Amino acid sequence: MTDILMPALSPTMEEGTLAKWHVKVGDTVSAGDVIAEIETDKATMEVEAVDEGVVEELLVEAGAEGVKVNAPIARLAGGAAPAKAEPEPKASDTKETEASGDPEKTPPADAQAEQPEGEGPAAVQPAEALADPEIPADAKLVKTTVRDALRDAMAEEMRRDENVFLMGEEVAQYQGAYKVSRGLLEEFGERRVIDTPITEYGFAGLGVGAAMAGLKPIVEFMTWNFAMQAIDHIVNSAAKTHYMSGGQITTPMVFRGPNGAASRVAAQHSQDYAAWYAHIPGLKVIAPYDAADAKGLLKAAIRDPNPVVFLEHEMLYGQEFDVPEVDDYVLPIGKAKVRRTGADVTITAYSRMVGLALKAAEELAGEGIEAEVVDLRTLRPLDHETVVESVRKTHRLVTVEEGWGPMGIGAEIIARVIEHAFDYLDAPPARVCQEDVPLPYAANLEALSLPSVDKIVKAAKAVSYKS
Amino acid sequence: MARAKSAAKAGDQSADTAKSLGKDALLGFYRNMLLIRRFEERAGQLYGMGLIGGFCHLYIGQEAIAVGVQSIQEEGDQVITAYRDHGHMLACGMDPNEVMAELTGRAGGSSKGKGGSMHMFSREAEFYGGHGIVGASAPLGTGLALANRYRDNGKVTFTYFGDGAANQGQVYESFNMAALWKLPVVYVIENNQYAMGTSLERSSSETHMYKRGASFRIPGEEVDGMDVLAVRDAAKRAAAHARSGEGPFILEMKTYRYRGHSMSDPAKYRTREEVDEVRKTRDPIEHLRELLEKEGLADEAALKAIDADVKKIVAEAAEFARTSPEPEPAELYTEVYVEAAQ
Repeated sequence: MTDILMPALSPTMEEGTLAKWHVKVGDTVSAGDVIAEIETDKATMEVEAVDEGVVEELLVEAGAEGVKVNAPIARLAGGAAPAKAEPEPKASDTKETEASGDPEKTPPADAQAEQPEGEGPAAVQPAEALADPEIPADAKLVKTTVRDALRDAMAEEMRRDENVFLMGEEVAQYQGAYKVSRGLLEEFGERRVIDTPITEYGFAGLGVGAAMAGLKPIVEFMTWNFAMQAIDHIVNSAAKTHYMSGGQITTPMVFRGPNGAASRVAAQHSQDYAAWYAHIPGLKVIAPYDAADAKGLLKAAIRDPNPVVFLEHEMLYGQEFDVPEVDDYVLPIGKAKVRRTGADVTITAYSRMVGLALKAAEELAGEGIEAEVVDLRTLRPLDHETVVESVRKTHRLVTVEEGWGPMGIGAEIIARVIEHAFDYLDAPPARVCQEDVPLPYAANLEALSLPSVDKIVKAAKAVSYKS
Repeated sequence: MARAKSAAKAGDQSADTAKSLGKDALLGFYRNMLLIRRFEERAGQLYGMGLIGGFCHLYIGQEAIAVGVQSIQEEGDQVITAYRDHGHMLACGMDPNEVMAELTGRAGGSSKGKGGSMHMFSREAEFYGGHGIVGASAPLGTGLALANRYRDNGKVTFTYFGDGAANQGQVYESFNMAALWKLPVVYVIENNQYAMGTSLERSSSETHMYKRGASFRIPGEEVDGMDVLAVRDAAKRAAAHARSGEGPFILEMKTYRYRGHSMSDPAKYRTREEVDEVRKTRDPIEHLRELLEKEGLADEAALKAIDADVKKIVAEAAEFARTSPEPEPAELYTEVYVEAAQ
């Protein structure tokens, strides 16, 4: 004997109307037969038999309203049904299921207790465990452009690992729209340096699929502005699959390209996506400033078993910096770098803004204010320990970013400093960021819109209560 | 390029194939299709009881496609699909207990309860999901095929999506690259006539899905997706094409889903008569059962034994899915990142 229960049309349905019976007592039903119709104010649905048997009793009359979900509505007898009746779900079972689906519900206390400050446990190794490699004292420093440092990083990793390949628009025969992939086609051939059609959504998805199969794609976007067409695959396919598959499928890959404002290319080609991607669990986000970091962090990103968003800057590609000539220069992901020490104010920045912050620090020094410049380098996982340590010393904070301020990187840093060093602050922190407008084309308006050395100096003075 | 096959011809061919395949293979198809159907009916019931949450898209009516295609796959060939994925997982040979427990969000589920109905995977079975974004399986599957070409391993990727997804732009971006680079991928379009509640005629300017690859020079074929043997024959041809280095192939599987788009869809956009007509005249399981009896390959007793076996497996799966514990709270934070550096 099997009870047939009142089904729910949705997890939130508690009761409904049994609109109509399609069977009567004595009818033989088999699995899949429609036996009744139920209704709520929103919808009507057919109920199908799951077991076979003879309808012994209809427990609820057609037209009955307010029938509770899971209440028995009919009884089947005999047939080939298994001897054991389908056990009714215990009330507690259903309740548990509902409770766990409640988005308002906070995670259980013990789970919360396990969460370290900032990211979840999986996100970061403790920052103190991370350190840049020791550079031998006699290592030669070679002047290298950021462009070539990026190329060298890719070439070295492609020599090291047969699974690494590069795909994107104009990366092969054209040698890269910004010449970042110069020489790679010649060395590695068209199997591993792949020119794609102009089809960001498509080739980003292909890259994720190839990564699921165990390859390590480097997907180049001509600029990150165009990657908005592909953001679905970066977020939904690359960042979430490891979690959704219970750890079965990984997507080891790098999405890279120039980010932020170039020069006079206006609103649709000038956007800093750092905050967008740093928002997403499952992604790592890196935005280096100089050539050594570009090389060491891109090599680390290619080796990382997770999807990494690597934000470069067109205005830095041609700039030269010292890169140590050592075998296999790999930097830790998730570690900020103090670029300049100072006791009076902490300035955080990443990518091109680091250069502006360093210039501002020089100006400030001329006026007797010693700024400490923290280059964030990685935005997820964010090394807030280094920032907090600096603020505990300087008691003042200015954040600099090329993107918009609201919900931005600066907003996040300030939140974390308040969480971890509230009592150390001697002044409200200040944000320097792009003005809250689409980036204008006119030269004067563009300059007004973007962060500048002058704006950083002013902000540092303001938090120092000096004018 | 694109070619349609007449239903009559496909029917004749099925009969030939039936004899050559033999009894065991045919009974295997029958069993697998029945397993999917009974599994899905039970999933619908567990949903009604509140044990399955969120969205739940049942495969009832479409069983012949996953089973027929799977029957010609070679070891190492990959499968990827969208969110109507339970049938594909069972066809791939995944444990029904794990699939059902994922539906109920329990620790014993294939994704430990963290993926749910729409997001299930099996590395072991080369099943790559289970994707909730309509159309996303097309480029992801094409990327799996890109990896096959990169490794020159002779494997083919079977990339499934529906008639609704076939209107997404990313599908055509994928077609273009797959054809351009001659990737070993078979696109299986499960045309069940309705993109959620919008009929094919109301959503598609070209309703013949097998022609959708024409401007990329991808050959396509219309297949009776309610006939497991026709599906099998077509899949065999398509896979041979892709495997030989000729590039992608499109199979339009004409099929029908008996249930709503998801459990909470009352399917008011079509008549009961329409559904009943398909069930009565085109049901894939009944079709094969009749063939088995007609050819004298199985008697009532043999089929009953399969019914009983399937029933037992499904009852066990439901029991496992009900009793498997919910994931540990600490599981919340695991597998966001791959922790071990490589």
